[in-house]
Amino acid sequence: MSEEKNTAPKETLFSPRNKKLLSEPIGKENPITVQVLGICSVLAITVQVRASLVMAISVVAVMGFANVIISLLRHGIPPRIRIIVQLTVIAALVILVDQVLKAFVYDVSRQLSVFVGLIITNCIIMGRLEAFALNNKVWPSFLDGIGNAAGYGSILLLVAAVRELLGAGTLMGYQIIPNFMYQIGYVDNGLMILPPMALITVGVIIWVHRHRDRSLVDVS
Amino acid sequence: MEELVSIFVRAIFIDNMVFAYFLGMCSYLAVSRTVNTSVGLGAAVVFVLGFTVPVNYLLQNYILGRGALAWLGPQFASVDLSFLTFIMFIAIIAAMVQLVEMLIEKLSPTLYSSLGIFLPLIAVNCSILGGSLFMQERNYANMSEAVSFGLGSGVGFFVAIVGIAAIREKIRYSNVPAPLRGLGITYIITGLMGIAFMSFMGIEL
Repeated sequence: MSEEKNTAPKETLFSPRNKKLLSEPIGKENPITVQVLGICSVLAITVQVRASLVMAISVVAVMGFANVIISLLRHGIPPRIRIIVQLTVIAALVILVDQVLKAFVYDVSRQLSVFVGLIITNCIIMGRLEAFALNNKVWPSFLDGIGNAAGYGSILLLVAAVRELLGAGTLMGYQIIPNFMYQIGYVDNGLMILPPMALITVGVIIWVHRHRDRSLVDVS
Repeated sequence: MEELVSIFVRAIFIDNMVFAYFLGMCSYLAVSRTVNTSVGLGAAVVFVLGFTVPVNYLLQNYILGRGALAWLGPQFASVDLSFLTFIMFIAIIAAMVQLVEMLIEKLSPTLYSSLGIFLPLIAVNCSILGGSLFMQERNYANMSEAVSFGLGSGVGFFVAIVGIAAIREKIRYSNVPAPLRGLGITYIITGLMGIAFMSFMGIEL
Protein backbone atom coordinates (compact mmCIF):
# COMPACT_ATOMS: atom_id res chain seq x y z
CA MET A 1 0.00 0.00 0.00
CA SER A 2 2.58 2.46 1.08
CA GLU A 3 4.72 1.56 -1.88
CA GLU A 4 1.88 2.23 -4.24
CA LYS A 5 1.31 5.56 -2.62
CA ASN A 6 4.92 6.39 -3.19
CA THR A 7 5.01 5.43 -6.82
CA ALA A 8 1.65 6.86 -7.80
CA PRO A 9 2.54 10.56 -7.84
CA LYS A 10 6.09 9.86 -8.94
CA GLU A 11 5.27 7.68 -11.96
CA THR A 12 8.60 7.66 -13.71
CA LEU A 13 11.32 10.11 -12.92
CA PHE A 14 10.70 11.98 -16.15
CA SER A 15 6.93 11.81 -16.44
CA PRO A 16 5.29 14.44 -18.67
CA ARG A 17 4.45 16.52 -15.62
CA ASN A 18 8.01 16.51 -14.40
CA LYS A 19 9.37 17.25 -17.86
CA LYS A 20 7.10 20.24 -17.98
CA LEU A 21 8.69 21.55 -14.79
CA LEU A 22 11.99 21.51 -16.60
CA SER A 23 10.93 22.89 -19.96
CA GLU A 24 8.32 25.51 -19.06
CA PRO A 25 10.73 27.93 -17.36
CA ILE A 26 12.97 27.93 -20.40
CA GLY A 27 10.21 29.16 -22.69
CA LYS A 28 6.73 30.14 -21.62
CA GLU A 29 7.40 30.68 -17.93
CA ASN A 30 10.88 32.14 -18.29
CA PRO A 31 11.90 33.71 -14.98
CA ILE A 32 13.42 36.75 -16.60
CA THR A 33 11.21 37.69 -19.50
CA VAL A 34 7.88 36.56 -18.02
CA GLN A 35 8.09 36.28 -14.25
CA VAL A 36 10.40 39.32 -13.93
CA LEU A 37 12.63 37.73 -11.33
CA GLY A 38 16.37 37.96 -10.85
CA ILE A 39 17.16 40.68 -13.29
CA CYS A 40 19.96 42.46 -11.48
CA SER A 41 22.68 40.01 -12.31
CA VAL A 42 21.56 39.41 -15.88
CA LEU A 43 22.38 42.95 -16.72
CA ALA A 44 25.60 43.49 -14.92
CA ILE A 45 27.72 40.50 -15.82
CA THR A 46 26.76 39.89 -19.43
CA VAL A 47 29.67 41.69 -21.02
CA GLN A 48 31.45 38.41 -21.71
CA VAL A 49 30.13 34.93 -22.38
CA ARG A 50 32.72 33.31 -20.11
CA ALA A 51 31.67 35.20 -17.00
CA SER A 52 28.00 34.62 -17.76
CA LEU A 53 28.59 30.91 -18.17
CA VAL A 54 30.25 30.70 -14.77
CA MET A 55 27.42 32.73 -13.26
CA ALA A 56 24.76 30.55 -14.89
CA ILE A 57 26.38 27.36 -13.58
CA SER A 58 26.64 28.86 -10.08
CA VAL A 59 22.98 29.79 -10.09
CA VAL A 60 21.96 26.33 -11.33
CA ALA A 61 23.94 24.74 -8.50
CA VAL A 62 22.66 27.06 -5.78
CA MET A 63 19.09 26.86 -6.94
CA GLY A 64 18.94 23.10 -7.38
CA PHE A 65 20.37 22.44 -3.93
CA ALA A 66 18.44 25.22 -2.19
CA ASN A 67 15.19 23.83 -3.56
CA VAL A 68 16.13 20.32 -2.42
CA ILE A 69 17.09 21.46 1.08
CA ILE A 70 14.02 23.61 1.60
CA SER A 71 11.81 20.88 0.20
CA LEU A 72 13.32 18.38 2.66
CA LEU A 73 12.79 20.81 5.54
CA ARG A 74 9.37 21.97 4.44
CA HIS A 75 7.49 20.27 7.27
CA GLY A 76 9.92 21.51 9.91
CA ILE A 77 10.05 25.21 9.08
CA PRO A 78 7.70 27.41 11.12
CA PRO A 79 5.95 29.71 8.63
CA ARG A 80 6.77 32.87 10.56
CA ILE A 81 10.52 32.57 10.28
CA ARG A 82 10.69 30.89 6.89
CA ILE A 83 12.32 33.86 5.17
CA ILE A 84 15.27 33.83 7.56
CA VAL A 85 15.62 30.06 7.15
CA GLN A 86 15.57 30.39 3.39
CA LEU A 87 18.11 33.21 3.41
CA THR A 88 20.41 31.20 5.66
CA VAL A 89 20.26 28.12 3.44
CA ILE A 90 20.89 30.21 0.32
CA ALA A 91 23.69 32.19 1.95
CA ALA A 92 25.44 29.00 3.06
CA LEU A 93 25.25 27.57 -0.47
CA VAL A 94 26.48 30.81 -1.99
CA ILE A 95 29.47 30.84 0.36
CA LEU A 96 30.35 27.35 -0.91
CA VAL A 97 30.04 28.46 -4.54
CA ASP A 98 32.10 31.57 -3.86
CA GLN A 99 34.92 29.57 -2.28
CA VAL A 100 34.91 27.08 -5.17
CA LEU A 101 35.05 29.89 -7.72
CA LYS A 102 37.90 31.58 -5.87
CA ALA A 103 39.81 28.31 -5.83
CA PHE A 104 39.36 27.24 -9.46
CA VAL A 105 38.56 30.27 -11.65
CA TYR A 106 40.05 33.15 -9.72
CA ASP A 107 40.07 35.64 -12.61
CA VAL A 108 36.38 35.15 -13.33
CA SER A 109 35.62 35.39 -9.63
CA ARG A 110 37.39 38.77 -9.52
CA GLN A 111 35.40 39.89 -12.54
CA LEU A 112 32.05 38.89 -11.04
CA SER A 113 33.06 40.77 -7.87
CA VAL A 114 30.01 41.42 -5.71
CA PHE A 115 27.62 39.64 -8.00
CA VAL A 116 28.44 36.19 -6.66
CA GLY A 117 27.33 37.42 -3.24
CA LEU A 118 24.25 38.93 -4.77
CA ILE A 119 23.02 35.48 -5.79
CA ILE A 120 21.69 35.46 -2.21
CA THR A 121 19.25 38.21 -2.96
CA ASN A 122 18.55 37.01 -6.46
CA CYS A 123 14.81 36.97 -6.36
CA ILE A 124 14.45 33.92 -8.62
CA ILE A 125 15.79 31.74 -5.85
CA MET A 126 13.64 33.19 -3.07
CA GLY A 127 10.67 33.30 -5.42
CA ARG A 128 10.88 29.65 -6.39
CA LEU A 129 11.50 28.54 -2.83
CA GLU A 130 8.39 30.38 -1.70
CA ALA A 131 6.25 29.40 -4.64
CA PHE A 132 7.32 25.83 -5.21
CA ALA A 133 9.75 24.12 -2.87
CA LEU A 134 7.77 24.88 0.29
CA ASN A 135 4.81 22.83 -0.96
CA ASN A 136 6.28 20.13 -3.13
CA LYS A 137 8.20 16.88 -2.95
CA VAL A 138 11.96 16.78 -3.29
CA TRP A 139 12.34 15.52 -6.86
CA PRO A 140 9.87 17.95 -8.50
CA SER A 141 11.41 20.78 -6.49
CA PHE A 142 14.85 19.84 -7.75
CA LEU A 143 13.59 19.82 -11.35
CA ASP A 144 11.82 23.13 -10.83
CA GLY A 145 15.00 24.67 -9.48
CA ILE A 146 17.14 23.36 -12.31
CA GLY A 147 14.54 24.37 -14.90
CA ASN A 148 14.21 27.93 -13.64
CA ALA A 149 17.94 28.34 -13.29
CA ALA A 150 18.35 27.03 -16.84
CA GLY A 151 15.78 29.51 -18.11
CA TYR A 152 17.71 32.23 -16.32
CA GLY A 153 21.01 30.96 -17.68
CA SER A 154 19.75 30.77 -21.25
CA ILE A 155 18.78 34.45 -21.25
CA LEU A 156 22.07 35.30 -19.57
CA LEU A 157 24.07 33.53 -22.29
CA LEU A 158 21.96 35.00 -25.08
CA VAL A 159 22.45 38.56 -23.86
CA ALA A 160 26.14 37.94 -23.26
CA ALA A 161 26.61 36.44 -26.73
CA VAL A 162 24.95 39.43 -28.41
CA ARG A 163 26.93 41.93 -26.38
CA GLU A 164 30.29 40.23 -26.75
CA LEU A 165 29.87 39.58 -30.46
CA LEU A 166 28.80 43.11 -31.33
CA GLY A 167 30.88 44.84 -28.71
CA ALA A 168 34.22 43.06 -29.00
CA GLY A 169 33.89 40.77 -32.02
CA THR A 170 34.63 37.70 -29.92
CA LEU A 171 32.81 34.79 -28.30
CA MET A 172 34.24 33.09 -25.21
CA GLY A 173 37.36 35.15 -25.90
CA TYR A 174 37.88 33.74 -29.42
CA GLN A 175 37.81 36.16 -32.31
CA ILE A 176 34.74 35.63 -34.50
CA ILE A 177 34.70 38.66 -36.78
CA PRO A 178 37.46 37.93 -39.35
CA ASN A 179 40.35 40.35 -39.72
CA PHE A 180 39.51 41.41 -43.28
CA MET A 181 36.26 42.86 -41.99
CA TYR A 182 38.24 45.21 -39.78
CA GLN A 183 40.50 46.06 -42.72
CA ILE A 184 37.57 47.15 -44.88
CA GLY A 185 36.41 49.44 -42.13
CA TYR A 186 34.25 47.42 -39.71
CA VAL A 187 34.45 48.80 -36.18
CA ASP A 188 33.29 47.11 -32.97
CA ASN A 189 30.36 48.84 -31.39
CA GLY A 190 31.84 50.04 -28.11
CA LEU A 191 28.41 51.03 -26.85
CA MET A 192 27.44 47.36 -26.48
CA ILE A 193 30.02 46.92 -23.72
CA LEU A 194 28.48 49.68 -21.63
CA PRO A 195 25.83 48.80 -19.03
CA PRO A 196 22.78 50.49 -20.59
CA MET A 197 22.93 48.30 -23.68
CA ALA A 198 22.27 45.22 -21.54
CA LEU A 199 18.89 46.69 -20.66
CA ILE A 200 18.08 47.48 -24.24
CA THR A 201 19.16 43.99 -25.38
CA VAL A 202 16.90 42.38 -22.78
CA GLY A 203 14.09 44.72 -23.85
CA VAL A 204 14.48 43.56 -27.46
CA ILE A 205 14.57 39.89 -26.39
CA ILE A 206 11.31 40.41 -24.51
CA TRP A 207 9.85 42.09 -27.57
CA VAL A 208 10.74 39.16 -29.82
CA HIS A 209 9.58 36.60 -27.26
CA ARG A 210 6.20 38.25 -26.80
CA HIS A 211 5.80 38.84 -30.51
CA ARG A 212 6.11 35.09 -31.10
CA ASP A 213 3.87 34.17 -28.20
CA ARG A 214 0.97 36.59 -28.18
CA SER A 215 -0.56 35.16 -25.00
CA LEU A 216 2.21 36.85 -22.99
CA VAL A 217 1.40 40.37 -24.17
CA ASP A 218 0.84 42.78 -21.30
CA VAL A 219 -2.69 44.10 -21.66
CA SER A 220 -2.74 46.52 -18.73
CA MET B 1 34.05 67.26 4.55
CA GLU B 2 34.85 67.73 0.89
CA GLU B 3 35.61 64.02 0.66
CA LEU B 4 32.21 63.14 2.13
CA VAL B 5 30.32 65.32 -0.33
CA SER B 6 32.28 63.81 -3.16
CA ILE B 7 31.43 60.25 -2.09
CA PHE B 8 27.79 61.23 -1.71
CA VAL B 9 27.54 62.79 -5.17
CA ARG B 10 29.51 59.95 -6.77
CA ALA B 11 27.11 57.40 -5.29
CA ILE B 12 24.07 59.26 -6.60
CA PHE B 13 25.12 60.11 -10.12
CA ILE B 14 28.21 58.27 -11.26
CA ASP B 15 27.89 54.93 -9.50
CA ASN B 16 24.12 54.96 -9.48
CA MET B 17 22.83 51.67 -8.05
CA VAL B 18 20.25 51.20 -10.76
CA PHE B 19 21.85 52.59 -13.87
CA ALA B 20 25.46 51.62 -13.37
CA TYR B 21 25.12 48.31 -11.47
CA PHE B 22 21.50 47.28 -12.02
CA LEU B 23 20.96 46.55 -8.37
CA GLY B 24 17.47 46.50 -6.95
CA MET B 25 16.13 45.98 -10.45
CA CYS B 26 13.38 43.60 -9.35
CA SER B 27 11.62 46.04 -7.07
CA TYR B 28 12.53 48.87 -9.41
CA LEU B 29 10.48 47.22 -12.15
CA ALA B 30 7.71 45.87 -9.93
CA VAL B 31 6.91 48.98 -7.88
CA SER B 32 7.34 51.71 -10.48
CA ARG B 33 3.81 51.76 -11.85
CA THR B 34 2.81 54.94 -10.03
CA VAL B 35 4.83 57.80 -8.58
CA ASN B 36 3.25 57.54 -5.12
CA THR B 37 4.27 53.98 -4.37
CA SER B 38 7.70 54.51 -5.86
CA VAL B 39 8.32 57.48 -3.54
CA GLY B 40 7.43 55.19 -0.63
CA LEU B 41 9.83 52.46 -1.72
CA GLY B 42 12.56 54.94 -2.53
CA ALA B 43 12.32 56.54 0.91
CA ALA B 44 12.43 53.14 2.59
CA VAL B 45 15.56 52.20 0.64
CA VAL B 46 17.29 55.46 1.62
CA PHE B 47 16.50 54.72 5.27
CA VAL B 48 17.64 51.13 5.24
CA LEU B 49 20.81 51.75 3.22
CA GLY B 50 21.68 54.65 5.50
CA PHE B 51 21.47 52.28 8.48
CA THR B 52 22.83 49.00 7.19
CA VAL B 53 25.96 50.21 5.39
CA PRO B 54 27.47 51.80 8.53
CA VAL B 55 26.51 48.83 10.71
CA ASN B 56 28.05 46.41 8.24
CA TYR B 57 31.07 48.70 8.08
CA LEU B 58 31.59 48.23 11.82
CA LEU B 59 31.06 44.49 11.43
CA GLN B 60 33.60 44.31 8.62
CA ASN B 61 36.26 46.31 10.45
CA TYR B 62 35.90 44.90 13.94
CA ILE B 63 34.88 41.29 13.35
CA LEU B 64 35.10 39.97 9.81
CA GLY B 65 38.13 41.42 8.08
CA ARG B 66 41.69 40.11 8.18
CA GLY B 67 43.16 41.02 11.55
CA ALA B 68 39.98 42.81 12.57
CA LEU B 69 39.71 40.78 15.75
CA ALA B 70 43.02 42.18 17.04
CA TRP B 71 41.17 44.21 19.67
CA LEU B 72 40.38 40.95 21.48
CA GLY B 73 44.05 40.24 22.04
CA PRO B 74 47.20 39.60 20.02
CA GLN B 75 46.45 35.90 19.49
CA PHE B 76 43.45 36.85 17.33
CA ALA B 77 45.41 39.16 15.06
CA SER B 78 45.76 36.62 12.26
CA VAL B 79 42.13 35.46 12.19
CA ASP B 80 40.37 36.08 8.88
CA LEU B 81 36.64 35.51 8.97
CA SER B 82 35.86 37.11 5.63
CA PHE B 83 34.33 33.89 4.26
CA LEU B 84 31.43 34.54 6.64
CA THR B 85 30.72 37.90 5.00
CA PHE B 86 27.58 36.97 3.07
CA ILE B 87 25.79 35.20 5.87
CA MET B 88 26.63 37.91 8.43
CA PHE B 89 25.68 40.80 6.14
CA ILE B 90 22.36 39.28 5.19
CA ALA B 91 21.56 38.54 8.83
CA ILE B 92 22.38 42.13 9.78
CA ILE B 93 20.25 43.41 6.93
CA ALA B 94 17.25 41.28 7.87
CA ALA B 95 17.60 42.36 11.50
CA MET B 96 18.11 46.03 10.64
CA VAL B 97 15.07 46.05 8.39
CA GLN B 98 13.03 44.70 11.27
CA LEU B 99 14.52 47.30 13.60
CA VAL B 100 14.01 50.21 11.22
CA GLU B 101 10.45 49.07 10.75
CA MET B 102 9.83 49.13 14.50
CA LEU B 103 11.56 52.50 14.89
CA ILE B 104 9.52 54.14 12.16
CA GLU B 105 6.32 52.66 13.53
CA LYS B 106 7.12 54.17 16.92
CA LEU B 107 8.42 57.56 15.78
CA SER B 108 6.29 58.39 12.78
CA PRO B 109 3.11 56.36 12.27
CA THR B 110 2.17 58.37 9.17
CA LEU B 111 5.42 57.53 7.41
CA TYR B 112 5.02 53.93 8.54
CA SER B 113 1.60 53.58 7.00
CA SER B 114 2.71 55.19 3.78
CA LEU B 115 5.69 52.84 3.45
CA GLY B 116 3.45 49.89 4.29
CA ILE B 117 4.44 46.61 2.71
CA PHE B 118 7.69 47.91 1.19
CA LEU B 119 9.72 47.91 4.37
CA PRO B 120 9.81 44.14 4.96
CA LEU B 121 10.32 43.52 1.24
CA ILE B 122 13.51 45.52 1.31
CA ALA B 123 15.39 42.73 3.07
CA VAL B 124 15.62 40.91 -0.24
CA ASN B 125 16.29 43.98 -2.36
CA CYS B 126 19.69 43.42 -3.91
CA SER B 127 20.67 47.08 -3.74
CA ILE B 128 20.88 46.79 0.06
CA LEU B 129 23.22 43.81 0.12
CA GLY B 130 25.00 45.28 -2.90
CA GLY B 131 25.61 48.52 -1.01
CA SER B 132 27.27 46.64 1.84
CA LEU B 133 29.36 44.49 -0.51
CA PHE B 134 30.56 47.52 -2.48
CA MET B 135 31.42 49.21 0.81
CA GLN B 136 33.52 46.16 1.68
CA GLU B 137 35.21 46.12 -1.71
CA ARG B 138 36.05 49.82 -1.76
CA ASN B 139 37.53 49.97 1.75
CA TYR B 140 36.16 53.26 2.98
CA ALA B 141 38.47 54.95 5.43
CA ASN B 142 36.09 55.74 8.26
CA MET B 143 32.56 55.52 9.51
CA SER B 144 31.32 58.84 8.13
CA GLU B 145 32.44 57.90 4.63
CA ALA B 146 30.42 54.71 4.91
CA VAL B 147 27.37 56.67 6.08
CA SER B 148 27.69 59.10 3.20
CA PHE B 149 28.10 56.23 0.70
CA GLY B 150 25.03 54.46 2.08
CA LEU B 151 22.85 57.55 1.97
CA GLY B 152 24.12 58.50 -1.48
CA SER B 153 23.32 55.06 -2.90
CA GLY B 154 19.87 55.25 -1.40
CA VAL B 155 19.21 58.67 -2.89
CA GLY B 156 20.45 57.39 -6.24
CA PHE B 157 17.91 54.57 -6.12
CA PHE B 158 15.23 57.06 -5.09
CA VAL B 159 15.98 59.34 -8.06
CA ALA B 160 15.94 56.40 -10.46
CA ILE B 161 12.69 54.83 -9.30
CA VAL B 162 10.77 58.09 -9.09
CA GLY B 163 12.02 59.04 -12.56
CA ILE B 164 10.95 55.79 -14.19
CA ALA B 165 7.57 55.87 -12.42
CA ALA B 166 6.87 59.34 -13.77
CA ILE B 167 7.80 58.24 -17.29
CA ARG B 168 5.68 55.10 -17.01
CA GLU B 169 2.67 57.14 -15.94
CA LYS B 170 3.03 59.28 -19.04
CA ILE B 171 3.78 56.47 -21.46
CA ARG B 172 0.43 54.87 -20.78
CA TYR B 173 -1.00 57.36 -23.25
CA SER B 174 1.45 56.51 -26.01
CA ASN B 175 1.03 54.00 -28.76
CA VAL B 176 3.64 51.39 -27.87
CA PRO B 177 3.75 48.21 -30.02
CA ALA B 178 1.71 45.55 -28.21
CA PRO B 179 4.48 43.00 -27.50
CA LEU B 180 6.68 45.75 -26.10
CA ARG B 181 4.08 47.11 -23.70
CA GLY B 182 4.76 46.97 -19.98
CA LEU B 183 8.02 45.22 -19.25
CA GLY B 184 9.74 45.59 -22.62
CA ILE B 185 9.41 49.32 -22.99
CA THR B 186 10.36 49.82 -19.35
CA TYR B 187 13.66 48.07 -19.99
CA ILE B 188 14.38 50.16 -23.03
CA ILE B 189 13.53 53.41 -21.24
CA THR B 190 15.77 52.38 -18.35
CA GLY B 191 18.53 51.75 -20.86
CA LEU B 192 18.08 55.23 -22.31
CA MET B 193 18.07 56.76 -18.82
CA GLY B 194 21.25 54.81 -18.13
CA ILE B 195 22.88 56.31 -21.21
CA ALA B 196 21.86 59.75 -19.97
CA PHE B 197 23.39 59.05 -16.56
CA MET B 198 26.60 57.91 -18.24
CA SER B 199 27.24 61.52 -19.17
CA PHE B 200 28.23 62.04 -15.52
CA MET B 201 30.92 59.42 -15.86
CA GLY B 202 33.91 61.56 -16.74
CA ILE B 203 33.35 63.96 -13.85
CA GLU B 204 36.21 63.98 -11.37
CA LEU B 205 35.26 64.92 -7.85
